[in-house]
Amino acid sequence: MSSKVRQPRQEMPKQQPDVRSKNFQEVALGYTEELAVAEANRCIQCPKKPCVSGCPVGVDIPEFIDLIAKGDFLGAARKIKEKNSLPAMCGRVCPQETQCEAVCTLGKRGEPVAIGALERFCADYERMHGDPLSDAQRSDGSSGRVAVVGSGPAGLTCASELAKLGYKVVLFESLHDTGGVLRYGIPEFRLPKAIVDEEVEYIKSQGVEIRLNVLVGATVTVDELFQEGFDAIFLGTGAGLPYFLGIPGENLNGVYSANEFLTRVNLMKAYRFPDYDTPVWVGKRVAVVGGGNVAMDSARTALRLGAEKVTVVYRRSRAEMPARLEEIENAEEEGIEFYLLANPVRILSDDKGWVKGMECVRMELGEEDSSGRRRPVPVPGSEFILDVDTVISAVGTDPNPLLVRTIPGLDLGRRGNVIIDEETGMTNIPGVFAGGDIVTGSATVIAAMGAGKAAAHGIDKYISARNGRGM
Amino acid sequence: MYRILKKEMLAPKIKLIQVYAPEICTHARPGQFVILRMHEKGERIPLTIADSDRDTGLLTLVFQEVGKSTTELGMLSEGDSILDIVGPLGTARDIEKLDCVVCVAGGVGVAPMYPEAKAYHLLGTRVISLIGAQTKDMLIFKDRMEKVSDEVYYSTDDGSFGHKGFVTEILCKLLEDGLRPDEVIAIGPLPMMRAAARVTERFGVKTVVSLNAIMVDGTGMCGSCRVTVDGEVKFSCVEGPAFDGHKVDFDELIARQNRFLAEEKLALERYLAGVGGCKCHQK
Ligand SMILES: Cc1cc2nc3c(=O)[nH]c(=O)nc-3n(C[C@H](O)[C@H](O)[C@H](O)COP(=O)(O)OP(=O)(O)OC[C@H]3O[C@@H](n4cnc5c(N)ncnc54)[C@H](O)[C@@H]3O)c2cc1C
Ligand SMILES: Cc1cc2nc3c(=O)[nH]c(=O)nc-3n(C[C@H](O)[C@H](O)[C@H](O)COP(=O)(O)OP(=O)(O)OC[C@H]3O[C@@H](n4cnc5c(N)ncnc54)[C@H](O)[C@@H]3O)c2cc1C
Ligand code: SF4
Ligand code: SF4
Ligand code: FES
Repeated sequence: MSSKVRQPRQEMPKQQPDVRSKNFQEVALGYTEELAVAEANRCIQCPKKPCVSGCPVGVDIPEFIDLIAKGDFLGAARKIKEKNSLPAMCGRVCPQETQCEAVCTLGKRGEPVAIGALERFCADYERMHGDPLSDAQRSDGSSGRVAVVGSGPAGLTCASELAKLGYKVVLFESLHDTGGVLRYGIPEFRLPKAIVDEEVEYIKSQGVEIRLNVLVGATVTVDELFQEGFDAIFLGTGAGLPYFLGIPGENLNGVYSANEFLTRVNLMKAYRFPDYDTPVWVGKRVAVVGGGNVAMDSARTALRLGAEKVTVVYRRSRAEMPARLEEIENAEEEGIEFYLLANPVRILSDDKGWVKGMECVRMELGEEDSSGRRRPVPVPGSEFILDVDTVISAVGTDPNPLLVRTIPGLDLGRRGNVIIDEETGMTNIPGVFAGGDIVTGSATVIAAMGAGKAAAHGIDKYISARNGRGM
Repeated sequence: MYRILKKEMLAPKIKLIQVYAPEICTHARPGQFVILRMHEKGERIPLTIADSDRDTGLLTLVFQEVGKSTTELGMLSEGDSILDIVGPLGTARDIEKLDCVVCVAGGVGVAPMYPEAKAYHLLGTRVISLIGAQTKDMLIFKDRMEKVSDEVYYSTDDGSFGHKGFVTEILCKLLEDGLRPDEVIAIGPLPMMRAAARVTERFGVKTVVSLNAIMVDGTGMCGSCRVTVDGEVKFSCVEGPAFDGHKVDFDELIARQNRFLAEEKLALERYLAGVGGCKCHQK
């Protein structure tokens, strides 16, 4: 056993930094079969399975890794799918270092098993060699009818789970394409859209009807959905409302919210302008404000669109950056510059209303705040000016207010988040359920999926009880 | 897919199309808009709902060809299809009976004005409409506006119809002569709306403008459409497009409208080169 522990963690092959920073193809190329088996062999099959407790949806990690070690890749993929219906995505975007891999026994003395990379390998293998649609059961719709609002990971998972339970599901999405943040936020080079498409195909093959370009609350109201005969409604509308910095100059030309920038590029494919009609403008020197995944994605996208220099400005230190470690490293390798412990104060304008610089102040870490993180405080007199012509603000988002505001009496939290019963996912309004970022504020793909799944079971119980069926 | 059931040329470069969109029509109220996307590679184009018929489900849009997307839209004929339309978007105007409103509309802005003027008219409000255009040929919706207005004044830049000069000059004159409407509504090019708001401010007359900030999603998720109103940042796709004209920072908005000028020019030139620049078949 000890010999296994000494084996180094298998690195996943990647595109070289100087090549990938000029294209939008996926950066990480995935394990080969040999690498996957070698990595799977590192797992020591701990009887207590600490890793499983680190996964929000409880994937049977040692079991699927064991199947990989034995060469049964399709079996491993099926094993994962018992708990996680979107493994190709989670393997790519889960913050593994704070979840499953954080509690892996091997991590105590060396490097944890690359659980995410192995999960991704299985899903990709199944896509290429198996028939991912084969296990899709078409729902006969006999259990009842449910409307799911929002096609992000919460809505997709909820819809899929309800279809499995025999419901007729209609999934409503206000944009012209599915996926939520998976489509408009996370770039192609990190999550190829073909993977999102496949997941959507899977759900369709389960009998879920998808209706795009329907803004629930405007095109059709929640009351009307109930009148049309839906037994329950799930709100998975996400946290897409961007905040701005609240500093002078934030409406200058050349200042984007990360959502605008990424939506133009990802959803509208502005990186292929003028072949695609939607434009995006990126200058030579770009500052991205923030330290999360959204900031990393914006910075790396700007680089790929031809910016000469991209600087991430973050008010705490590297250790506090909420982005996935892998993406911070990828960004560093690609030559993104980091100004840590710095915060913007104002954005400077040229005489035509375009950005010509950003004034920042240095920060130092003071007392711990309520979240246990040391609070950054400005150092007086330490202002300096960054010479930039583009600023992308990636400082966070709030729950989408548009739909929830149209539902009278719905219980909302301080930030406009929907309040639910933790166990059932039901809001204070009978038959109205919610989950994902609309409940938690901006969180993770896997958490949104977990919430979608939990709500599907809550919905099933609710409808069954109402119909006097098996409680 | 939305098939174009009717197409009309209202003026050079100004066209009307009608599509069947019953869900949107059932919910549409004055002041709201839709976003359409012609095809897979298309932009999301915001257009105000110029008319919507709940009984027939027919949605009417009127647009002016200003760049690549609207020019391409203008090329579509009856029977052609538009890929997506989402709506109704934006906050509807709260329209209640008033004694008198003045509707100041410029250019293609007459079309989005029509549903509001009509709503006021149906409530018995006295509607005075001031309609401006570059030249006589560019005046649109004349009959419709006359039907819902108690008085209509015209202006053209070249004097070919009505007053020669800006429509805001008529507004100024009416106010100087003592007219005190409960509300002035101004819809048209940004400089026109700014001028109207400046005029009415002098007389302390409430003024509502309808902003056409550059949009992407139109559902409050990107902030592309942000405008400063009374010192605060607002998303015009959700909180607007109508705002108090005296509080809008027009200078900032006008600068923001130019954000993609170079790209827009490139797209149009490339498109026109591709279609040969010839527009004879459009007739
Ligand atoms: C750029 C970026 C990078 C990220 N990177 C990661 C990462 O690496 N790892 C990770 O775990 N998480 C990441 N996240 C966070 C993660 O994507 C979100 O937590 C997750 O997508 C939330 O899922 P959701 O289903 O709740 O909402 P969303 O994905 O936001 O989907 C909500 C959907 O609802 C639709 N909608 C909203 N209102 C209506 C309405 N009224 N009617 C119809 N439809 C409506 C929206 O258009 C949208 O499609 C990232 C987020 C962003 C923005
Ligand atoms: C709420 C709203 C309602 C509108 N209603 C109407 C209407 O009823 N009739 C009509 O003719 N026009 C209307 N417009 C304007 C119309 O959307 C633009 O003229 C159109 O998008 C221009 O696209 P283009 O490719 O043809 O021109 P481009 O060459 O791309 O742009 C020409 C100019 O149009 C503006 N513009 C460009 N893209 C957008 C965009 N995505 N959103 C808004 N403005 C943009 C910019 O000022 C730009 O300089 C409305 C705009 C908004 C925001
Ligand atoms: S779903 Fe995410 S947290 Fe769970 S095992 Fe897979 S990578 Fe780890
Ligand atoms: S904790 Fe790590 S080594 Fe142990 S079973 Fe889980 S993955 Fe394998
Ligand atoms: S257009 Fe995106 S927020 Fe208004």
